[in-house]
Amino acid sequence: MTAGAFDNHHPPAAELIKDCVHCGFCLPSCPTYVLWGEEMDSPRGRIQLMKAGIEGEPLSESMVGHFDACLGCMACVPACPSGVQYGTLIADTRAQVERRYERPLRQRLLREAIFRLFPYPRRLRVLRGPLVLYQRSGLSRWLRRTKLLDRLPATLRVMESLIPTLTRRQELPVWVPARGQRRAVVGMLTGCVQDALFPEVNAATARVLAGEGCAVVIPRGQGCCGALSQHSGREDEAITFARALIDCFDAAGVDYIVVNAAGCGSAIKEYAHLLRDDNHYAERARAFVERTRDISELLVELGPVAPRHPLNITVAYHDACHLAHAQGIRSQPRELLRSIPGLTVTEIPEAHLCCGSAGIYNLLQPEPATELGDRKARNLLTTGASVLVTGNPGCSMQIAASARRLGHPLTVTHLASVLDASIRGVPL
Amino acid sequence: MVRPGTGAGPGSQPHILPWLRVSQDSDRPPLSLESEKDQTGGVGATTYQGAKLALLAAELSALLGPNAVITDRQRLRTYECDGLAQHRVVPGLVALPESAEQIAAVVRACAAQSVPFVARGSGTGLSGGALPHTEGVLIVTSRMRRILEVDPANERAIVEPGVINLDVTKAAEPYGWYFAPDPSSQQVCSVGGNVAENSGGAHCLKYGFTTHHVLGVEVVTPDGELVWLGGTTRDVPGYDLLGTFIGSEGTLGIATKIVVRLTRAPESVRCLLAAFPGVDEAGAAVSAIIADGVTPAAIEMMDALAIEAAEAAVACGYPEGAGAVLIVELDGPAAEVEHTFAAVRRHCTAAGAFEIRVARDADERARFWKGRKSAFAAVGRISPDYIVQDGVIPRTVLPDVLRRITELSAGTGVRVANVFHAGDGNLHPLVLFDEAKPGEAQAAEEVSGAILDLCISYGGSITGEHGVGVDKACHMPRMFSTDDLDTMQRLRRAFDPAGICNPGKVFPTPRLCGEVPGKRKGVHPLQAAGLAEQF
Ligand SMILES: Cc1cc2nc3c(=O)[nH]c(=O)nc-3n(C[C@H](O)[C@H](O)[C@H](O)COP(=O)(O)OP(=O)(O)OC[C@H]3O[C@@H](n4cnc5c(N)ncnc54)[C@H](O)[C@@H]3O)c2cc1C
Ligand code: SF4
Ligand code: SF4
Repeated sequence: MTAGAFDNHHPPAAELIKDCVHCGFCLPSCPTYVLWGEEMDSPRGRIQLMKAGIEGEPLSESMVGHFDACLGCMACVPACPSGVQYGTLIADTRAQVERRYERPLRQRLLREAIFRLFPYPRRLRVLRGPLVLYQRSGLSRWLRRTKLLDRLPATLRVMESLIPTLTRRQELPVWVPARGQRRAVVGMLTGCVQDALFPEVNAATARVLAGEGCAVVIPRGQGCCGALSQHSGREDEAITFARALIDCFDAAGVDYIVVNAAGCGSAIKEYAHLLRDDNHYAERARAFVERTRDISELLVELGPVAPRHPLNITVAYHDACHLAHAQGIRSQPRELLRSIPGLTVTEIPEAHLCCGSAGIYNLLQPEPATELGDRKARNLLTTGASVLVTGNPGCSMQIAASARRLGHPLTVTHLASVLDASIRGVPL
Repeated sequence: MVRPGTGAGPGSQPHILPWLRVSQDSDRPPLSLESEKDQTGGVGATTYQGAKLALLAAELSALLGPNAVITDRQRLRTYECDGLAQHRVVPGLVALPESAEQIAAVVRACAAQSVPFVARGSGTGLSGGALPHTEGVLIVTSRMRRILEVDPANERAIVEPGVINLDVTKAAEPYGWYFAPDPSSQQVCSVGGNVAENSGGAHCLKYGFTTHHVLGVEVVTPDGELVWLGGTTRDVPGYDLLGTFIGSEGTLGIATKIVVRLTRAPESVRCLLAAFPGVDEAGAAVSAIIADGVTPAAIEMMDALAIEAAEAAVACGYPEGAGAVLIVELDGPAAEVEHTFAAVRRHCTAAGAFEIRVARDADERARFWKGRKSAFAAVGRISPDYIVQDGVIPRTVLPDVLRRITELSAGTGVRVANVFHAGDGNLHPLVLFDEAKPGEAQAAEEVSGAILDLCISYGGSITGEHGVGVDKACHMPRMFSTDDLDTMQRLRRAFDPAGICNPGKVFPTPRLCGEVPGKRKGVHPLQAAGLAEQF
């Protein structure tokens, strides 16, 4: 099978495509279908395009466009009663697209720039200095006031709007001892964006874990998990990152690998699939996945020991797609939030709809992303909550930016930061 | 794939559509076959048909604005089938209008060129009703999803046709009302599709079908005129054209606004799940409950195979070892519900239920229903391919018919899972097969057809709620006489004299069904007299 959109190296599998019975139950869960109301931008339509590709349709600009428009939010997966593995299908499809389709130059350059920067914690950290200067000098306010920003290309404009107010970044120690009796040794993934833009979330995560009786190992020089590469079909790059991360944490000898960014967690949980052809790593990847937990997952599994202090606030909890849809983690964060005395959790209408962040989607497809972000923010504002809690840095930036744009700035924070405040007895 | 000029569609009656006037016995290849070749190139301008569609595409683009007309072949292919994926036809064009006026304009453009058109909502139909036409326009309502008005004081809401069924209920819920028709596909199917198919659901035992919950529809007639049928009140004088339109499967026009009747949410709802050793016992319980004069809101039955599929898909946790389960739901004033609920329990136990669970809260009730509502799609977990059948029998013969289905299944080795609205005798046998294994598809088709024959022979019908579409058009002559069918044709013709509105559906065409002896011989006298035409 060489004709058609795909080559023989892991095309979207015909057996998986066949699982789709065309019932349409996934349509209302799909953000692009909700936005545009057209079949080819729905899960069912995309699967149909994959099928057409297998049957000999070429990888045309329009076909690629509809694959690219998919946020990879995985909302269609739990919505499907037939158990169609859309995640696997789109991952294989994206890898084919990256390998076999030549995008227009501008797009190629943009992607290249993104992938030279984001998966490299050190490069991102270097950017912190200028960014802090930009925010503190008043330059950012001036640019916004003079509307000069509007002259920037959409992607840069979006990027500018997303950057959170940066806090001081402390270097975390390599080893944080457990408080009280030690219950587990966990390795902590610090991530790329989390580490550079939300260092306070990593610090809070380490404190919460320690408080709950975990010794925390934070290996220096840990690289990117490869989430962005994996979710964009850059298979080779993703594989390289995955191998390095497995090596790094295997050497640390930990019981669990704890992740506090939904996108990273879901990517790591795909390692077994990603490295399925790799004799040296396939087995290790499976074991690695077994030991990987989202922070909320692990804390619920272990059960709380650290006493909670009251926080008298109402928060809205936002399901990050890569937690709720991709990893099936919905109840754990809510349970942890409810365990805090005085804290009320509210639900956001249209909770299943992606906020539009979706990895680098908001940079590559700024228009639909902004539309979804604003929709999320509007839904959020109806809850009356003053604080938004979520488990993914991308969502935090996206929703905060949308809320600012709508003129209702919000406190957006991570579950770990809320737990940390409660355990330490300090206000959020 | 139905080929133009050889399959469903106006091609079977060349004299109706001038541009299809292709002499079938001429030795020149029919023009439309050219455009079949052209299928690989999208809307090309290399043929007469292609040129015509290209012109129409330009016209529609001007009418609808950017991104509302699809001409790209790959995109068109995503519309090639509805929920019945066995039938596939790539549409000539797809139009995505956003208002009633736009639909009217598209239909007028089609009518002016004698181009056939087909309406489509969410594409979940199970009879191929929204199967496109190769040389026609598929008019999709998925961008018309505004709820225009919710008016609880007058028990009604006005919606656009693309609004999802469940969204009507969501909008009415805060006021204590809901939209009663609840097809299992209610989370996705459109109200326009519900109207066209006269859809029902589990609760139509007590509440009736869509037709009982629609007060009026705004319709674009097949010549492009916007008219209202019915109104905003319960009854309007004159012929019941609204009743005629509902259930017409998109053959009499396109609904562009729908005034739905809202139903007050019942004071109390109770739901139980009863597990029986087999379908005979469960069937006996259904008969006993109804004979007692109780009208539950719903009585649903699933047999062992259907339960297995649902377990695999949604882990609904039904009692282990059940050969059949019944879901019985009662609603209404609390006192009445309590009283009848006790009677239902009694009848279930007397008929042999070995476990009865009563839903403690809305969550548990939703879990009971989840298994049932996902059953069709869930069958994909236990079989690579399957046919969803839809037939009706008088409730009293349920055990007999089930036994005959079991015999059919045993005799042919074709597995059949059964899910049904037991209360009103609406069966949904799911006939399982594996297309990859030679002969299985054919055997499944035969069993599926035999089940329909069974339904007819027991005094039932070939469809309860999924409609005739293309799938069952060939079964129509088994239920209706030639006179019946021709009378229906005359009605259809009154709405659609040009025969361009969802042609090739509902009625058997020789090319779709093959020349079955004794079915349609020669020209019907009405047709000869110019009073009616087949299409
Ligand atoms: C898993 C599953 C479960 C189902 N369960 C049920 C059930 O319990 N009960 C039931 O009744 N059905 C059921 N169905 C069938 C289907 O969902 C219904 O027939 C539904 O009403 C179709 O709506 P749709 O929007 O998908 O219509 P489509 O499939 O898009 O179209 C169906 C028909 O309606 C016509 N049509 C669509 N919109 C309009 C309009 N605006 N004006 C005029 N004609 C129009 C089309 O031409 C076509 O003939 C089920 C389907 C699936 C896949
Ligand atoms: S819900 Fe699943 S089976 Fe149904 S159309 Fe979507 S992917 Fe296909
Ligand atoms: S992953 Fe999200 S955007 Fe992509 S098809 Fe599924 S629901 Fe739609």
